[in-house]
Amino acid sequence: MFKILNETFRTGIVTTGYPAAAADIAAGFRGLPRIDFPAWRDARPAAEVCPTDAISAVDLGGVRDVTVDYGLCVFCGLCAEATPEGAIQITPEFELAVEHRQELILSAHYGLNEDGSHRDLISVRPGAAAVEPAAERAGRKLKEQISATLGRSLAIREVDAGSCNGCELEIHALNNPIYDIERFGVHFVASPRHADMLLVTGPVTRNMEVALKKTYLATPEPRLVVAVGACGISGGIFGRNYASLGGADQVVPVDVYIPGCPPRPQALLQGILMAIGRMKQALHLST
Amino acid sequence: MLSFIESLAHRLGGQVERVAARNEHEVYLQLRDADSRPAISILRSEYQGRVASVFAEDRRSADACFFVYHVIEFPGDPAYLLLSTRIDHTDPHFPSHSVDIPALNWQEREIQDMFGIQSDDHPNPRRVALHDNWPDVHPLRKEFSLTTVLPEFEGERHIYRPALGEGVFQIPVGPVHAGIIEPGHFSFAVAGEPILYLQLRMFYTHKGTEKLFEGMPVERAVFLAESISGDSSFSHGTAFCQAVERAGAIELPLLAARMRTILLELERVYNHVADIGAIATDVGFGIANAHASRLREMIFGLNEVLTGNRLLRGMVRVGGVRRAWNESQLSALRLTVHGFESEFRHLVDLIVSSDSTRDRLERTGVLRLEKARDLGIVGVAGRASGIDLDVRRDHPYAAYGDFEIHPPVYDGGDVWHRMQVRIDEVPASLNIISALLDSDLHGEPCTPFDRIAPDSCALSSVEGWRGEIMHWIRVGADNRLERCKIKDPSLNNWPALVEAVQGNIIPDFPVINKSFNLSYSGTDR
Repeated sequence: MFKILNETFRTGIVTTGYPAAAADIAAGFRGLPRIDFPAWRDARPAAEVCPTDAISAVDLGGVRDVTVDYGLCVFCGLCAEATPEGAIQITPEFELAVEHRQELILSAHYGLNEDGSHRDLISVRPGAAAVEPAAERAGRKLKEQISATLGRSLAIREVDAGSCNGCELEIHALNNPIYDIERFGVHFVASPRHADMLLVTGPVTRNMEVALKKTYLATPEPRLVVAVGACGISGGIFGRNYASLGGADQVVPVDVYIPGCPPRPQALLQGILMAIGRMKQALHLST
Repeated sequence: MLSFIESLAHRLGGQVERVAARNEHEVYLQLRDADSRPAISILRSEYQGRVASVFAEDRRSADACFFVYHVIEFPGDPAYLLLSTRIDHTDPHFPSHSVDIPALNWQEREIQDMFGIQSDDHPNPRRVALHDNWPDVHPLRKEFSLTTVLPEFEGERHIYRPALGEGVFQIPVGPVHAGIIEPGHFSFAVAGEPILYLQLRMFYTHKGTEKLFEGMPVERAVFLAESISGDSSFSHGTAFCQAVERAGAIELPLLAARMRTILLELERVYNHVADIGAIATDVGFGIANAHASRLREMIFGLNEVLTGNRLLRGMVRVGGVRRAWNESQLSALRLTVHGFESEFRHLVDLIVSSDSTRDRLERTGVLRLEKARDLGIVGVAGRASGIDLDVRRDHPYAAYGDFEIHPPVYDGGDVWHRMQVRIDEVPASLNIISALLDSDLHGEPCTPFDRIAPDSCALSSVEGWRGEIMHWIRVGADNRLERCKIKDPSLNNWPALVEAVQGNIIPDFPVINKSFNLSYSGTDR
């Protein structure tokens, strides 16, 4: 007993001040790759190296259609290395949660030189989702009701619908004394029957489709669904294949998307608190 | 190169079609006959061979047949033997070894599911990877397209062994579990509190990973390898890169070998410390877990400084590592490793000095040596039950050849000893890192490579924190993969859980499960 108390006093309080204080993040952390579209001389090298096709380029009639989808991004940083003119910068930005899948997508059009490099930027616009969500958002209409009902106490059921377990490690970290999500009245529960929110990770596998649907239906209304990580948003590096249906929104309605591979604990915290109206969306790509 | 390959080829005599050494790490021995049973029996009884893995390959377009490979290791020899047999494509079947080698049970059934090659005389030939709602498809056959959209299908329901008798109940758990863990289905048969037996159903997270590798350029495939099992990103990434390097005869710079070794050990440390904390949690010692997770966070922070990612992703690459470390990164490494040592001692002292914790962990979830050997248990769980295997010592890679590895081996086989193995391994890992910090950590981080000769194949193994990880690849044209077989140690070790829980009470299941802490995604792929 003395040892336990001694250890507690020795270590003191270790809980982070985030979100009231700035997050403590190492210098080399790879967050959002920011693209300077007017300065981008050629999208092809970045598209070539991107492991998940988060950056893709299609040429049609002398015009290049470039799509940047942060919902697919695994934050590897290869795009910045492959772009010598410095048009892509890896930033430490991590508060990337959004309410709509399309808010993670940008679409740029370039006129081309003969060598295939960009001559001029024709336009940059928010993109359309490559794959439309099969299920519409659940919580939108209920937003105010949800904030009022769940805002001060939220019970989360985590559902791994096929993840590699990377996201789970970071979700676990939310319960440690550093990130301590319970200080916000948020806690993880053992059953969907007790939950207000489903936190869904992984590409939804064919073998987990029914289980995810049943878990959703077992959750009482009003309920929220948060899709976690590149796989939860879009299927990530697994995409859609014979065994993977893609992102969580192919099976259940999603209210908030949290990019990352995996999203760091502060990013998860921001996305979860955003879903219940206690933090604001920080990422606005189109403005 | 296997020291005794000539005598072995002589011993097998007419059974041998050909012998070829692709590189110093592996020897291929192709049998004349499709029946590998006599040869494997000789290899096991006369040469103490251990069948580590079995897998198949669709070579119908190149060689007009399938191949089945058995990967065999021999005590004291760093090279593996890959025993291959041709499988006739018109009526594909291969002999099952599961009765003699229960360790191959799931792996043989997976070959049935994925390739449609029937495993003859398998004691339990039911599907394992594909669930009831899968039509009759074989995804790893070349004609099956990755993006096939399978129709809805209602197959025969998977039957669990019924629990019968007065007062005997069946408790179904999962695939969605109560904790923040991966999905799988456990069916317990209990008589009161004691568990009579446990049946597992896995492959809920099967996401077509091996098929996805096919056709992928090797550089890109590194990222897929990092996503095989999230807590082993660096080990799987390294195992994959090593396989490509062996296939393409790409020499690893000394700096990269040392950096990889450091990062592999950091991965071991953060997982071991988290598991020690989780074991404490499952016997109600939450405050120990609070300290353990604080310690894991120290390593996560260091990982981020060293690689830009808390799970060490995006650092390993074919030919080496992405970038060398600067002085400030090295001093962060030095500082954290130094501080971590004493913090870890405090944590261990807290746990082992608690009598009530010890009481819950000792003689709980015992896995006996003979069972562990039959089931082919590897890694931490194996060493806790007396199986002295460690890839770092037995098949040195990265910079491990410069170290004497003395893996902790116990014969207790209970939760306590599985924790003890981890407790012993953490300081040993820190010692390896400290020794490497005293070596020269400057130089080229990566060897550039060009085109890898088509049809090159190679096996690679890494001692992940759980145990033996294996990748076998064949590179096709344009540095694109033809095949990538992945074996996570969890695939070996899941059946150990079934044995270890028998006779224990249901409330001890979580801590027994946690003491193995196996990867579902690594198993299911």
